[in-house]
Amino acid sequence: MSTTAPATPPASTPTPRRSRRRRLDASLIVGIALVGVIIIGAVLVASVGRNFFSAGNIRDILTGMSVLGFVAIGQTLVILCASLDLSVPYVVSLSSLIAADLMAGNPANIPVAVLVVLVVAALIGLANGLIVTKLRVNGFIATLGTGLIIKGYLDTNYKGTSGEVPWEFQLIGATGIGPVPVSTLIMLAIAVAGAFFLARTRTGSHMFAVGGNEQVARLSGIRTARPVLVAHMLCSITAALAGLLLASRLGVGSPTVGTQGGYALLSIAAVVLGGTLLLGGRGSIWGTIGGVAIFAVVDNVMSVMQVNPFLKDVVRGVVIVAAVAVYTARITERRRPRFTSTGETDAAGGGITGGGPGAGSAGQGTPAVVQEEQA
Amino acid sequence: MSAAPVDPIDATAARGDAIAEPVLVAEGLEKSFFGVSVLHGVGLTLRSGEVHGLVGENGAGKSTFMKILAGVYERDAGTITLGGTQVDFSHPVQAAQAGLATVFQEFNLLPDRTVAQNVFLGREPRKRGLVDRTAMVRETRALLDELGIEGVDADAPVRTLTVAEQQIVEIVKALSVDARVIQMDEPTAALADHEVELLYAIVRRLAARGVAILYVSHRLKEIFDLCDTITVLKDGALVSSGPASELDTDELVRRMVGRPISAYFPEVEEGTVLGEPRLELRGAGNGYVDDVDLELRAGEIVGVAGLQGSGRTELVEALFGIAPFTRGEMLLDGQSVRMTSPRQAVQAGLALITEDRKSQGLALNQSVADNALLVIRSVFSRRTGAVHRELPGVLSSLEVASRGVDQEVQYLSGGNQQKVVLAKWLATKPRVVLLDEPTRGIDVGAKVAVYHLMRRLAKEGVAILMISSELPEVIGMSDRIVVMHDGRASAELPARSDEATILSAATGTLRIGGEEAR
Repeated sequence: MSTTAPATPPASTPTPRRSRRRRLDASLIVGIALVGVIIIGAVLVASVGRNFFSAGNIRDILTGMSVLGFVAIGQTLVILCASLDLSVPYVVSLSSLIAADLMAGNPANIPVAVLVVLVVAALIGLANGLIVTKLRVNGFIATLGTGLIIKGYLDTNYKGTSGEVPWEFQLIGATGIGPVPVSTLIMLAIAVAGAFFLARTRTGSHMFAVGGNEQVARLSGIRTARPVLVAHMLCSITAALAGLLLASRLGVGSPTVGTQGGYALLSIAAVVLGGTLLLGGRGSIWGTIGGVAIFAVVDNVMSVMQVNPFLKDVVRGVVIVAAVAVYTARITERRRPRFTSTGETDAAGGGITGGGPGAGSAGQGTPAVVQEEQA
Repeated sequence: MSAAPVDPIDATAARGDAIAEPVLVAEGLEKSFFGVSVLHGVGLTLRSGEVHGLVGENGAGKSTFMKILAGVYERDAGTITLGGTQVDFSHPVQAAQAGLATVFQEFNLLPDRTVAQNVFLGREPRKRGLVDRTAMVRETRALLDELGIEGVDADAPVRTLTVAEQQIVEIVKALSVDARVIQMDEPTAALADHEVELLYAIVRRLAARGVAILYVSHRLKEIFDLCDTITVLKDGALVSSGPASELDTDELVRRMVGRPISAYFPEVEEGTVLGEPRLELRGAGNGYVDDVDLELRAGEIVGVAGLQGSGRTELVEALFGIAPFTRGEMLLDGQSVRMTSPRQAVQAGLALITEDRKSQGLALNQSVADNALLVIRSVFSRRTGAVHRELPGVLSSLEVASRGVDQEVQYLSGGNQQKVVLAKWLATKPRVVLLDEPTRGIDVGAKVAVYHLMRRLAKEGVAILMISSELPEVIGMSDRIVVMHDGRASAELPARSDEATILSAATGTLRIGGEEAR
């Protein structure tokens, strides 16, 4: 913009600086929060005479991360598309049952069982996606519905645990490399794949577009249904992976394992905790992993300290609300002040030339008063 | 402009044999929605290298016409010929691929994605099946350089750009498809005056490259500044299409509205008395504005000029208690007040017509009545019944064209939406009215209605503060002009000051009272 009037030169300097800050922001804050939680946790654990950083405890935390991690990775994709998936806990349970039933204790059945589980999950995801994109049913309601349908099926056909998982498959949930469980490694690999998918494929890019502004995406020639369909399918598949992992740990399939874990709302909470906008269009897989890690650390500290399980939920609730309140404060932070309280020109703040009041009208859906660029 | 050499990037520029060569011919376009004809038999011819102005009041069919060309709407009848072949687009992307790109009035950008990601949205370059981010950034930079734009980082999220820069990104997006024809729908609607100059330069540069430009704007000055040819639409029909040199503003306005508007800006109404100071500021400031002295008297219209980001909106937001003053003094009818919330401001008799009517002025999916009663219901609930009864009368006196008070405001034109906003605030019987860009994006007829309303309010003793980026409006309507620069009121100028004086104060090159306003 240096091409215009004499007033603009100050604007050219803040622009790149601002943008660099912005990109660090979301994941940085999650990272800082995670480090903070770890420090507090370590101190608390030390106060009862235990070592937070012992191999055993690290393994416990990482183990606690993997199941929710799988679910939350998929949930991130769906939320980026401005949808939601409430059917994940039922997909988790169903997957554990299908896997355990088909394996029936025989290691030779493992590949077929895993394949069937993934296909079934993909079909459920496809159904979710089609309901959302073709019938235009809000994702919340659509997946609430499909979730209830699966729940009904589970409740009628299974009275309790079922099937048997062979020892070979149980190893996945039980072994580790040093203090790092294999399941966590698989989860992190999926996270890498997911992050790569978002950054480097067209469909991944288009998820941000569809979630950010469907109209814009459509007018840019994007087939807007496709990213949403893919996101829902991938979400069900990651939920199925979580189900497989749980089957591996339990040795059997269980119709209630998903709902007991509270994976629907917990995964959404982890995604939001990780800085992804619930409205879609902005967020990252790594933020979500950070969110999952925060939950895992908080849970672990409370277990070690033998906190009353009901109080656990209170703490979780506080963490979620506090985190979102912090983000909201960041988002609604007003334009950076130009003047200090005494009326001096704030040298650091400089010009608000970049991103004047009109910027809010630029299709962001936020009122102009709630500028967040300088947050 | 930093004079980067202009070299046509492609061979499409049919410049040599151009001038007379039509690149786009539309004939007899018809369109109706739900049985209501909005376009009948409209056509025009676009030649390469030509800037073609398309004007008409809101509802005249300009947007519909553009959207049919762009493939957003299907036409009911008529033909479109692009580069000699008849075309039939069913999607804007199809049109863009054929060389007809459109910069829509609403920004079609994703604020959280980078400039490059936005420019290549939907057709990201790929290498081995993966998005080639380096190529995307490189090509975006090349396009920006070509337009002589500096300071826009291809890798920066769009949300960090100014409105003008976002507009440039839209144009770059259109350019990136090697367009032979670019349609621009109100490209300056959100720009301040000095930013408009940059857009002019870009438009001229494109035209010089042989691109044909169809330019829609409500700002007639721009039409005359830029356009070689002007096509006028009225009520969905073609009024005239011919060289700009054959028209002047009066004649153009006459053709657009079907009646001459000799007095575009109404004179002060008879019987208007300049009364006591209604609103005073003494050295007031907060984080966004500083050291503002202001006196607003009953019956007076004070215009606030200034560049985008100079603190104009921040000033009215402070007055209205959105970001309260932290220093200095604010007096209302001589009484010192501390305005700390909009509710308090409303109760004290202030009204704020915000600049962004869609996100701040209206609940778009609610009815005309719900919107018009919004403030009354929430602040003066006892008066709701009476105001509700009077509403139809108020709306018709404002000439709001709606299907009734139950219609959702999102289906009204911009001008009518703005009138609903005004009705909402008039119902509170305000003593001080703060208007932030009151005529942005509304048609000539509605503008004049707003101007008359302002004069009428002044006559009734209301004090009016009007922010505007359109200097003719500031000059035409203000009894006094305050110019903001860098968060401070850099100058106070008398009525009818000339544009040059206002601009030099706004850019800080005018010295006032010995203090340099930078």
